[in-house]
Formats: sequence, structure tokens, C-alpha cells
Amino acid sequence: MNKENIIPKLNQFVGQYVNINEITPDLDLFASGRVNSLFAMQLVLFVEKEFGFKVENEDLDYENFKSIDAILGFVQRKLTPVG
Amino acid sequence: MNFELTLEQKEAKIRFRKFVDKYVVPNAAIYDRLEETPLELIKAMANEGYLSALIPSKYFAKAAESNNRDDRGENIDDDSCANISKEMDSLTWGLLCEEIGHASGSLVSLLTVHSMVIQALLKWGTEAQRSHWLPLLATGEVIGGFGLTEIKTGSDAKNAQTTAVQDGDSYIINGQKKWISFGQVARVFLILAQVDGKATAFLIEREREGFSTEPINGMLGFRSAMLATLNMNNCKIPASNMVGKIGFGFSHVAGTALDQGRYCIAWGCLGLAQGCVDTSLAYSTERKQFGVSLKEHQLIQELIADMITQTQAARMLCYNAAFLKENKDPSLIMETSMAKYFASRTALKVASDAVQIHGANGCSDRYPVERHFRDAKIMEIIEGSNQMQQIIISRYGYQRYLSSQSK
Repeated sequence: MNKENIIPKLNQFVGQYVNINEITPDLDLFASGRVNSLFAMQLVLFVEKEFGFKVENEDLDYENFKSIDAILGFVQRKLTPVG
Repeated sequence: MNFELTLEQKEAKIRFRKFVDKYVVPNAAIYDRLEETPLELIKAMANEGYLSALIPSKYFAKAAESNNRDDRGENIDDDSCANISKEMDSLTWGLLCEEIGHASGSLVSLLTVHSMVIQALLKWGTEAQRSHWLPLLATGEVIGGFGLTEIKTGSDAKNAQTTAVQDGDSYIINGQKKWISFGQVARVFLILAQVDGKATAFLIEREREGFSTEPINGMLGFRSAMLATLNMNNCKIPASNMVGKIGFGFSHVAGTALDQGRYCIAWGCLGLAQGCVDTSLAYSTERKQFGVSLKEHQLIQELIADMITQTQAARMLCYNAAFLKENKDPSLIMETSMAKYFASRTALKVASDAVQIHGANGCSDRYPVERHFRDAKIMEIIEGSNQMQQIIISRYGYQRYLSSQSK
């Protein structure tokens, strides 16, 4: 799945919680206080269901979740076959 | 969304009710008075597969196999062990919590905390942690406990004071956790501690040096839930006991556990409310006042009508949460919060009305409704107080409103 397919899905999901027109793709959603701690698990459930992979222990890195750009990069890495 | 139970779910519900009628109903008031849940009852629940219900069978196939053999290594045909290898779907698990709650809110908390630890390990544990702990949790050889709340920080869990300081391949834990359900008997605890100010989850075994528990007695409700205070005094644990990563203890590990906790409590509250309805229907049919049954009095009918309707509304929210949980839908987090909030409010209101219908009898421990009433109040406080649920739900509403303005 390429970037052009992923971004609209991310925007639609994140757009349920924040005004998507008010944020930039690199805005730290958590540090800016726009989402609460429940969003973290909602985000995990969303990427698992939407993109069909499991978020695991080793994926727990703030850099994977903090912004739309970060989530995009994470999803792309997870969907890229290893090796 | 289909609210009709499958044949298997209907049969499971009947089995749960039979178990509860046999083991819980005759003894719940006694356990409440003694402030304990006997290990025999916990073992009976384990034998029915209730403690392993959410664990994939690959983690305990050997344990189940050995349980199904006698001392000579021969297979035994024992119904009490037959269910241990069946993994339950979300709705069936909810029905189990409902049926247990029908007779004892206290006992629901065993399923709650045990399954909170299981879910957190399944989602965020390492394979080594899962392989070690899940077989033990499945058979009930080990009961899981969940340590988040502290004396000074209840709902403000992110600011908990318990600390974990790295020391080579170990962490040194210092702090105290309070109001921990089944803390008197649990053998492994999932606790939250601050690592350099970042909330982090760890497993602590009861046997660790520097770890101790103190029973808490004299509670209003959940009196048989064997609450305890957990003390960690320079308690040294291996770094491999960390669950998840540093800084992800509250948002992800506890987040997973608390979602499971809210789900169990919601269903347990539904059962508690239904138990009060059933008891009140029976009592108001038998009890005569002014020459007729209580049920002939319209003001009693009003109470009964509201109790039935509110309980049914709570049931719909629980079924909705089950549907979303089974489908791993992201909205399950919020919808489960709503189910917990509404079902616990309903449980307290319905239990209060049940006491009212029973009059002075309802205030006596010869009838179950006074115990349900006390347990229901606890339901409004545990796994996130209802005020916290209201804050979460209202924020969600405003988020949705503001985001809708941008489209």
C-alpha cells in the first residue's frame, strides 16, 4: 500500500478526534494535548484493523505514533516485507 | 449487529448459571461476612475454564493435558477439566461476567483483575513472559493482580509515586499500591511505576524480596474480594519483568488492562442489576401487604418497570461493546467506557430500588439485595470512577463535534 492510499485513511481516523484542518502532518498530537491517553489504544486498534498487522511490544516507540507523519512511516515500515 | 445468542452461547450461559447456583448463590453472603473467597471456589472456577477463557490454547495445552490425566498418567473423563482448553469469544466472556455478577459482584472482580493481567500480557508481553505466565494463569495456579492505584493517586494514575530505578539488569521498585482486588492471594502483579518520570509497567512476583501485602478489611462492598495494600521496599526484579516499554505503561499496557476491566465490570453490573430484578420480582409476588401481593401496588410496578427497562438498556450497551470487541473496532474503547458508566449507575439504582421493594427485609443480610447494593456502589468507583468516565465521554463528544466542523 502506497503513501497516497494510507494518508486519507489516517486523516479520516485522526479527524474523528481533532480538527484536521488545524494541524500539520508533523504536529505532535500527544504533546500538543489534542488527544488523550485513550487515543493511544484507539490508534493501535485502528492501524491493526485498517492495515492488517499487529502492533507488538517492539513497536512501542513514541516515534511511531506521535504525528500523522510518524504513523504513516510506521505503517509503511510494517507493510514492507523484510529481507 | 446481531443481538441473538448462538446456540453455543445460550448453552454456555446455562452452564454458567448452573455453576453459580451450585457454588456462589449458597455461599456469597457467607463469604461477604467472612471477607474472603475460598481457594476451593477459585479452583472450581479454574476447573471450569473460567480463568483460562481468554488465553489461546497454545499457551496451556500441556497444562490442560496434564489436568486431564490422573496420577498414573491415564486420561480421565472429568467434566471439570473438559472446558479448560476452550477460548471464549467476547460475548460469551461477557455472559460469564454477567452470570457471576448475578450472584456476587465481589467475585466478578476476580475475573476482572485476572483477565486484566492476561490481556496486558497477551498484547504487550514478550513471548518469554507469555510462555511463562499464561500457563500458570490459565490453571489458576497463579492469580493475577493489577496494581495501579496509590494512596495519593487514584484517578490521577499518570502521576503515581511508585518508582523503578535501573540497577544493571534489574530494577529496584519502591512504593505502595492500595485497594488491590485479590491482592491477598494473587501471586503475580502487574504494577505501574515511574522510570525517570515515565509510567512503565512491570510484573512483580509475590515471592520477591522486598515485596509484601497487607489485607484490607472493613470495606463497604466487594468484601470478599480480598483487597490488599502492596508494599514494595527496595524490591529488586529482573529488567525482563518490564511489560511493554518505558513510558508506555499507562497509555498502552494499563490502557489495555483497563479496557478489559471496564468490559468485565460493565457485564458484572448487568448481572448484578438482573439479579436485583429477579429477586424483586419473586419477592413482590410472594409478599402480601394490605391483602394483596406487593406486585399489585402501582408504585411497586413503577419501580419494577424502571428496573427492568434500565437493566435492558445496560444490556444493549454491553452487547454493543461485545460486538465491537469481537471485531477489534477502535470505537470499542469509548463504547466500553459508556457501557461501564451506564451499567454501574444502573446497578446502583436498581439495587437501591430492590432494597426499597424488600423494605426492612432488604436491609437484612438474609436477603441478597443489601449486598448487591453495597457492591454496586463499588462498581461506580473501580476501573475508573464514573466521574472519570463522564470526563472521557464528554471530551469524546466535543472532539467529534469540533472535528465535524472541519468537514
